[in-house]
Amino acid sequence: MRLLTHNLLTSHVRGVGPRGFPLRLQATEVRINPVEFNPDFIARMIPKVEWAALLEAADTLHLIEVPKEPIQGYERNEEFLRKMHHVLLEVEVLEGTLQCPESGRLFPISRGIPNMLLSDEETET
Amino acid sequence: SSQFTYFILSVSSNLAKQEQSIFELWGHGKCPEELYSSLKNYPVEKMVPFLHSGSTYKIKIHTFNKTLTQEEKVKRIDALEFLPFEGKVNLKKPQHVFSILEDYGLDPNHIPENPHNIYFGRWIADGQRELIESYSVKKRHFIGNTSMDAGLSFIMANHGKVKKNDIVFDPFVGTGGLLIASAHFGAYVYGTDIDYNTVHGLGKASRKNQKWRGPDENIRANLRQYGLEKYYLDVLVSDASKPSWRKGTYFDAIITDPPYGIRESTRRTGSQKEIPKGIEKCPESHVPVSLSYHLSDMFFDLLNFSAETLVLGGRLVYWLPVYTPEYTEEMVPWHPCLKLISNCEQKLSSHTSRRLITMEKVKEFENFSDSFLLQSKL
Repeated sequence: MRLLTHNLLTSHVRGVGPRGFPLRLQATEVRINPVEFNPDFIARMIPKVEWAALLEAADTLHLIEVPKEPIQGYERNEEFLRKMHHVLLEVEVLEGTLQCPESGRLFPISRGIPNMLLSDEETET
Repeated sequence: SSQFTYFILSVSSNLAKQEQSIFELWGHGKCPEELYSSLKNYPVEKMVPFLHSGSTYKIKIHTFNKTLTQEEKVKRIDALEFLPFEGKVNLKKPQHVFSILEDYGLDPNHIPENPHNIYFGRWIADGQRELIESYSVKKRHFIGNTSMDAGLSFIMANHGKVKKNDIVFDPFVGTGGLLIASAHFGAYVYGTDIDYNTVHGLGKASRKNQKWRGPDENIRANLRQYGLEKYYLDVLVSDASKPSWRKGTYFDAIITDPPYGIRESTRRTGSQKEIPKGIEKCPESHVPVSLSYHLSDMFFDLLNFSAETLVLGGRLVYWLPVYTPEYTEEMVPWHPCLKLISNCEQKLSSHTSRRLITMEKVKEFENFSDSFLLQSKL
């Protein structure tokens, strides 16, 4: 699971609503996997990122050189975009958990794939 | 509702090699005049995205069973001057390639003066560069029982207007066939599926003679096989009716083939089923969900989810199963935020078919008022 993905996920446990975001990340196995740098794609993603959630997750994984916020003219700033590219796409959580911050419910990540399934009773209508 | 406006050209130049190409058909006729009037009937708004002044293009001519002189070819291209081409010609690396195809029959000993058929279309994908052929399901490592016809996957991505740097999502991703077509167009892809084994690439193999899926049999491996791994974002085990995506608009296209009981068998009975009259239930195959997921609910959820997470102008492309004798246009699911773009039928049997529905998000989702409208329409 990449940090871009973590940034888009929320808990859908019954009753938590918007308090289900962001999921608390815990990782036991992480892999750094080089991905071809595409500045246009990264620039497109910047406006969609929830920055506080990203910083929290990056901090949990002890990542360094994570931009604290989008900078002016980021679309043309290669250094900024490369750092964001690394954080969003090149860090993969292979084993770990995502935890609902409100209910404590855990969603496991195995082989890089989160399992978000809940029973009927647990989910929102 | 419109017919499919694509054709797949399959040419065997020799026994060993078969070339295939997909074109978006803009016009055809049995003689040039018929072709030109057919082209004049093609909606201009469908042409403009590929002919506008900022674009580059070139026009090719393919003739089958005849050779034309350079002069003859130029004459035919010039005759298309009435088309609203505003872009610049670029013979080396055009953004768009158009083709005139002339069919002079199959008999090399009796080549007619005039072609039997002439077609004009926009080139989408080409077998010469091993696209369609190599994307064929037989060669792909990882196939499920319902892996889609490779050509149709490309058509769906085209309906979704998938382009470079888009994010495309398939909420019923299965073995990832639809993602491959989108990645081919340069989009980054997400998929979810309720079936843990399918997402992880585990369990009984769908291809005959194989007992189990190897470690390289998963969606990521499929993309890797075609050199498209860099477009793989993530896949998740998730119930599409209870999505885990946060509030926001970040998908440029949602392209999917939802399960509807035709080919995927229910896990309990393990049997293949025909769609029963008055299509109702989806296979009760999901752990830990115990309720069966009614079809109408599924499409309601799909449209709602799309309205919430698609960017404005983004597209939803999906297959809708139909019991033909009872079909009416009113049965096509509706949503206040999504505009119906096209509805194309594919016959499956004497009284079942499925329809490729394309919708475009034209309005931002407003929770209270839009849900109210939806409820009153059902």
